Amino acid sequence: MLTNTKNIEQVFKSVGTSPIRPDGVPKVTGMAQYGADYSLPGMLWAKILRSPHAHARIRSINTSKAEALPGVKAVLTSADLPNQTFDYIGPERVAVNYWHMTRNVMAREKALYEGHAIAAVAATTAAIAAEAIALIEVDYEVLPHVIDVDEAMHPDAPVLFEDMITRGVEPAPTKPSNITKRLEFKVGDLDAGFAAADEIVEMSFKTAAVHQGYIEPHSCLARYGADGQCELWSASQGHFVVRAYTAKLLGMEIGNLVVHPAEIGGGFGGKTVVYVEPIAVALSRKTGHPVKIMMSREDVFKATGPTSGGSMTVKIGVKKDGTLVAADGVFKLQAGAFPGSPVMNAAMCAFAPYIIPNVRTVGFDVVSNRPKSAAYRAPGSPISAFGVESVLDILAQKIGMDPLRLRLKNAVKAGSPTPYGPKHSHDGYAETIQALLDHPEYNKPLGKNQGRGVASGFWFNGGGESTASIHINEDGSVVLATGSMDVGGSRASMALMAAETLGVPYASVRSTVADTASIGYNHVTGGSRVTYATGLAVVEACNKIIEQLRLRASIMWDVDVKGVVWEDGFAKPADKSVGEFEPLSLKAIAAKRAVTGGPIVTEAAVNAGGQAPGFSTQFCDVEVDPETGAVKILRFVAAQDVGRAIHPKYCEGQIHGGVVQGIGWALNEEYIYDKQGRLSNAGFLDYRIPVASDLPMIEAILVEVPNPNHPYGVKGVGEANIVPPMAAIANAIQRATGKRLTELPMSPPKVLAAIDAV
Amino acid sequence: MSKHHVTTVINGDPVEFLCATNQSLLDVLRNDLNMTGTKEGCGTGDCGACSVTLDGRLVCSCLVLGVEAQGKTIQTIEGMANGEHLHVLQQKFLEHAALQCGICTPGFLVAARSLLERNPDPTEEEVRFWLAGNLCRCTGYNKIIEAVLDAAREMRGA
Repeated sequence: MLTNTKNIEQVFKSVGTSPIRPDGVPKVTGMAQYGADYSLPGMLWAKILRSPHAHARIRSINTSKAEALPGVKAVLTSADLPNQTFDYIGPERVAVNYWHMTRNVMAREKALYEGHAIAAVAATTAAIAAEAIALIEVDYEVLPHVIDVDEAMHPDAPVLFEDMITRGVEPAPTKPSNITKRLEFKVGDLDAGFAAADEIVEMSFKTAAVHQGYIEPHSCLARYGADGQCELWSASQGHFVVRAYTAKLLGMEIGNLVVHPAEIGGGFGGKTVVYVEPIAVALSRKTGHPVKIMMSREDVFKATGPTSGGSMTVKIGVKKDGTLVAADGVFKLQAGAFPGSPVMNAAMCAFAPYIIPNVRTVGFDVVSNRPKSAAYRAPGSPISAFGVESVLDILAQKIGMDPLRLRLKNAVKAGSPTPYGPKHSHDGYAETIQALLDHPEYNKPLGKNQGRGVASGFWFNGGGESTASIHINEDGSVVLATGSMDVGGSRASMALMAAETLGVPYASVRSTVADTASIGYNHVTGGSRVTYATGLAVVEACNKIIEQLRLRASIMWDVDVKGVVWEDGFAKPADKSVGEFEPLSLKAIAAKRAVTGGPIVTEAAVNAGGQAPGFSTQFCDVEVDPETGAVKILRFVAAQDVGRAIHPKYCEGQIHGGVVQGIGWALNEEYIYDKQGRLSNAGFLDYRIPVASDLPMIEAILVEVPNPNHPYGVKGVGEANIVPPMAAIANAIQRATGKRLTELPMSPPKVLAAIDAV
Repeated sequence: MSKHHVTTVINGDPVEFLCATNQSLLDVLRNDLNMTGTKEGCGTGDCGACSVTLDGRLVCSCLVLGVEAQGKTIQTIEGMANGEHLHVLQQKFLEHAALQCGICTPGFLVAARSLLERNPDPTEEEVRFWLAGNLCRCTGYNKIIEAVLDAAREMRGA
């Protein structure tokens, strides 16, 4: 097996095992229901008309011919949706603006990208709906467009919003532009820092916009009743957030909307926002029928969030002994058609793994005529890491130091400063570097045209709001519910933590995801927060249940509850003074529930802080074909601090998946636009994500440095793994060919051009 | 336009359906026959989520017209388990944690079964190339490949 765990002493019965997931059998038999798999009696199908233009003013929309088509039940435009107040709401890193959101769901004054939703039709069949949208007449005034981020920042660029004044600049500019925001973090004295350096490297880089590439297109089914009550089946990363956004965009009271968590066919951040849900609900309201929408793959590429492409300049200074003394980074990220690229994350994560006394990072959030960006696995961090980790590799070569040792020498640990203020409060980074230094393959020589590259990555990881509930059934089995969408096995990890805490077998815990009417609020499954934060809610609920079980046992024994302890799934007398009692199993207590107080049930809600960040360090060996420029991955080793692996196989799976998405980002994936600003590769044939034959086995190393803030030491595992691959591969290509690639993707034509350049 | 009357055998059972001329087999399976285990990921034959076999041949059902199924035998994911007994491949996918979101899983299982019918002892490379038409975005393919190789071993009695 190409996996191994750097394990700490194992003292658990359930935590750290890899049982079959509770939702496994339905998923291997085709019975699991994803967003597109629901239907209802009387259901209509909806289709969405999308802009053929990258940038156009909408003068008028005539829907009369579409409405007249037999079988058409309703046509929807933005006129059917209430306008929203212009306001940035929430923490800056993840702020939302409903004025923008409603315009992204359905264009109002302007179409801002090819594929922008213009109108929607609900009809008795999908074929009639498709026929009807072709009958909608839109009078467009086509406007000049801009795609590239550097061009969009140019003073003469076509402007998407005529009143957009850059935020974060004092004094505020007087002229509108596509730069929605400037931000800066600064520590120390840059000039003095660079003056003390023995070697300085400054270089510019570009990364392409890449799509999350989930295999399931966005889909939902809505049923709105004449009483104002609505049910929605949606495949999302957070049904509570779908509920909040949909209700807000339609002017509904939140309690009137129940969102059911359909199984989700991949999200990676891209399903934390809404596209089709408000349209389906609004059409159901208008028609009185259930309405189903399923995006096509082309719609997914053209109209849902990829992550930003970026343009950046990174400058780092180092002393001969490998001490980093100064770093400066300027990061310009495409937000897409509306503000909100992950540039703040990019700026914060860029130098976060390193102790550097003098640091500045500057970020620009820039709109252009592309689909609005959405979160994608550690949003922002992989973009800046591509530049930073490439420059570090050059510096390592300049001072003649092993690139892992350069990183180890400057690695942050608990107590180290960050460029953005608070100190690091956890270890874990150095341990991932050491895991690679200890790897038997790391120092093995390579052949002709081959090279080895290393890189590291940082991600904050998330905490936040989660709820869990537990019911003890009369036979002693346990029903566990949370409101966190399960995108990759979290029902299993929740059940493992519950089984461990209660002292019962994993198989006796039925782990489910409840709808929005059946449990308290849970924030999205994103930011690698669920195993940590929802896990904390689960453990807290278990502890509350244990209090109840002790109380029930004390009633059965007629002793004070203080005399009852809970150990390994049994209530036991605390000591001999309590009396001689046989331990009571959970099953024995459950059987007496009616005479000891009734149903045994509890709910626990948390707003978790104390999460620990994720660090990943990776090396890869590549071979570059000098004839074609094709890069073959020969070996890929990824070490990540996972805190403690609750379900090791799914931790490994997160690392495998993140690395391979990174390989696609590095070598193949990009949005290609024609001169009209239309996407040329809106399908999986031309937007090529890695396939099985492209890859070797990815080796995941689970480094376990437990998080003291979690009873089982959990750290988020989902994201840090996608941060290093792009730079690791660029560094490997450089060591194979002597050529430094600074633009993603490093596709064969670019690699060949670099090889052939004199 | 009137619909076509099509007679097929699906997972061993006789099935008749009516379909429009331009309707794909995938559309018929999912939306007329309520067999939603076959998934749509792209509709253009690029992702393999809709894999079924047609007279034993592995196809993307989104690239087959419903009318082409006339007189043919179709196998879908719904016919893979034998009652409550999972197929070895299904069991190995579970044991190896070879699925995360699971949307690609039915297609991979149908494609992998098709491979093992032709080649009961594939190499890792042969598995990787046979499954290259099935996209998975979650797993990086590691555990899928391991599960298929393990299932092949078990099915051979090795």
